[in-house]
Amino acid sequence: MLEDLFKVVKFRAENDTRAEKKNKVNIPRDLLFQCPRCGNAMFMDDFVGAAKVCSNCGYHSRLTAKERLDMTIDKGTFVEYDASMTSKNPIDFEGYEQKIAQLQEKTGLRDAILTGECNIRNKHCVIAVMDSHFMMASMGSVVGEKLARAFERATEKRLPIIVFSASGGARMQEGIVSLMQMAKTSAAVARHSDAGLLYITVLTDPTTGGVTASFASLGDIIIAEPKVLIGFAGRRVIEDTIRQRLPDDFQSAEFLLEHGFVDMIVERKNIRRTLSRLIRLHTKEANR
Amino acid sequence: MSTLPASERIEIIHHKDRPTIYDYIPMLFDEFCEMHGDRLYGDDHAIIGGIANFRGIPITVIAQVKGRNLEENKRANFAMPHPEGYRKALRLAKQAEKFKRPVVCFIDTPGAFCGVAAEERGQGEAIARNLLEFSRLKTPIISIVLGEGGSGGALALGVCDELAMLENAVYSVISPRGFASILWKDASREKEAADRLRITAEDLLELGVSDATIEEPAGGAHNNPQQTAENISEYLYGALQKIMKKEVAILLDSRYNKFRKIGQFEEA
Repeated sequence: MLEDLFKVVKFRAENDTRAEKKNKVNIPRDLLFQCPRCGNAMFMDDFVGAAKVCSNCGYHSRLTAKERLDMTIDKGTFVEYDASMTSKNPIDFEGYEQKIAQLQEKTGLRDAILTGECNIRNKHCVIAVMDSHFMMASMGSVVGEKLARAFERATEKRLPIIVFSASGGARMQEGIVSLMQMAKTSAAVARHSDAGLLYITVLTDPTTGGVTASFASLGDIIIAEPKVLIGFAGRRVIEDTIRQRLPDDFQSAEFLLEHGFVDMIVERKNIRRTLSRLIRLHTKEANR
Repeated sequence: MSTLPASERIEIIHHKDRPTIYDYIPMLFDEFCEMHGDRLYGDDHAIIGGIANFRGIPITVIAQVKGRNLEENKRANFAMPHPEGYRKALRLAKQAEKFKRPVVCFIDTPGAFCGVAAEERGQGEAIARNLLEFSRLKTPIISIVLGEGGSGGALALGVCDELAMLENAVYSVISPRGFASILWKDASREKEAADRLRITAEDLLELGVSDATIEEPAGGAHNNPQQTAENISEYLYGALQKIMKKEVAILLDSRYNKFRKIGQFEEA
C-alpha cells in the first residue's frame, strides 16, 4: 500500500520534469515569458500588455518601480524625494560599493526604493515603491532612511501614505545597521499612525524577511496582489527544518488572507481605483 | 575588556555552562512572579515574563530562554520563539506601561523560529507589531543581550531606551553561517564571516547600536556566574536610575532618535 503511494509520487515527479523540459526548449527570453508559478508561456508583448500578469494562473509578476508608478499614479504628478541618496559601506564589506555601482548603472536607480508625492485619481498622497531588481530590494540604510523620511513628511503634511513593498529582507551586506532599519521604519509608522493618518501597504512579489517583520505588516489596511509570495522565513529554510516539502500555496497572498494577515487581494488592474476609493473613504466628505 | 575575535566569543557563549536567564533571575531579583500566555493562542516557553522586585523597584522582566540541558532546551524550543511568544512579550509590556513599571528585556536567541505554524500565525506581523509598539511604549525600556542576539527575533525585544551587551555577546542581522552560505556560497567559512560581520559588543558600540558593555569574568560568564550577575545588576541599577528620571515625552523622543540616526548614506 505504502509502496504504491510512493510509486505514484515518483511517476508524477518524472512527468513534471518532462513537462518542464518540454516547455524550456528553445525559449528566447526576450520573446516569451514563462510563469514561475504555473509554467505557462506567453508572448512577451501579450504579457506586457496584460500588466505583466500571467494569463493562465493570475500570478502578478515583478515590476520595476518606474512601471509601478506609471501604472498606479496620475501622469506627471510624481515629485521625488531624496533622489540622490546612496549607500555607504557601514561594515566595510568587500565588493559592496562595486555591487551598488553596477546595479545603479543597470537599473537607473540609486537604491531599491523610490519615494515621493503624487496624485492617484486626484487624491494627493505620499508614495513609496520598492524595486526587486535592485539587490532584491533588500533594506539597508538608504531604504530605511528614505522610508523614515517619507513617513515623517507625510506626518508633517498630514497626508496618507501608500507603500508598495517587495523585498528579500534586510541587506546583510550592511550588517547590524540593516537590522536597525526595521526598528527605525516601524517607529516612523507609529508616529504617522499616532497623528491619525492613513497608511496602506500593498504587498507585492516577494515580500519577505525583515520587511515583512517591520513596516510592510503595519498598514492600517494591507492589500496583496494575487499569488505573490509573502512570508517571514524563506521556504527552503523551513523545508530544511521540517524535512518535508511545503504545499505550493504556502506563503502566498491567498494563504495570508486565509490566516487573517491581509485585508484584501486586489488585481493590478483595479489597484488605482481601490487606493483612491480607500483614501476618499478616509476623508470627511466620502462622496468626493 | 576583551579583545577576542567574534568567532572565539561565539565559542564562549555556546559553552555548556554559560549562565542562562534561569540562572540570573534568582541572583538578580528578590522576587519573581511569572506570568503566562498571550491571551490569543498559547504560552510560548521560549520567552518568559513576569514582575520582579529589583532592589526595591518593581519591574517587568521579559526574557528569551536558553535551556541548560536538552530537556529545558526542547521545552524552550532552543530559544526560538513563535509569534505567541512575541505577543506575550507585548502583552506584558503593555501591562508594565499601565502600571508605570520599567521593562527589562533579556535577549538570548538564535532567531525567531522558522516553521509552518510560525508562518501561519504571523511571525512577521508579531515581530513588526512589537517594533512599533515598543517604540511608543510610555515607560522606560532597557534591553540586555546575554549571549546571542539573532536578527529580527532579537530585535523584537530590542527596541529600547538603552541597549547593553554582555562582553562576549554578539548581535547580528544573520548568523555567520547564514551569511557565509548566502553571500559566499560556502557555509564552511562561518568563522571568517563571524569575524568580518562586526557583531561584537565593541563593534555595536562603535556602530551606535549598543550603549554599554557589561564586563564578564576572565574566560567568560560561566567562570563566575555570581560575579556576572553582580555586574548586570550594577549596570541595570545605574541605567534605571538615569532613565526613570526622564519625563515620558522626552524619553519617547530620545528613543525615537536612538534608532532614527542609525544608517550610513550620502546625498549629493
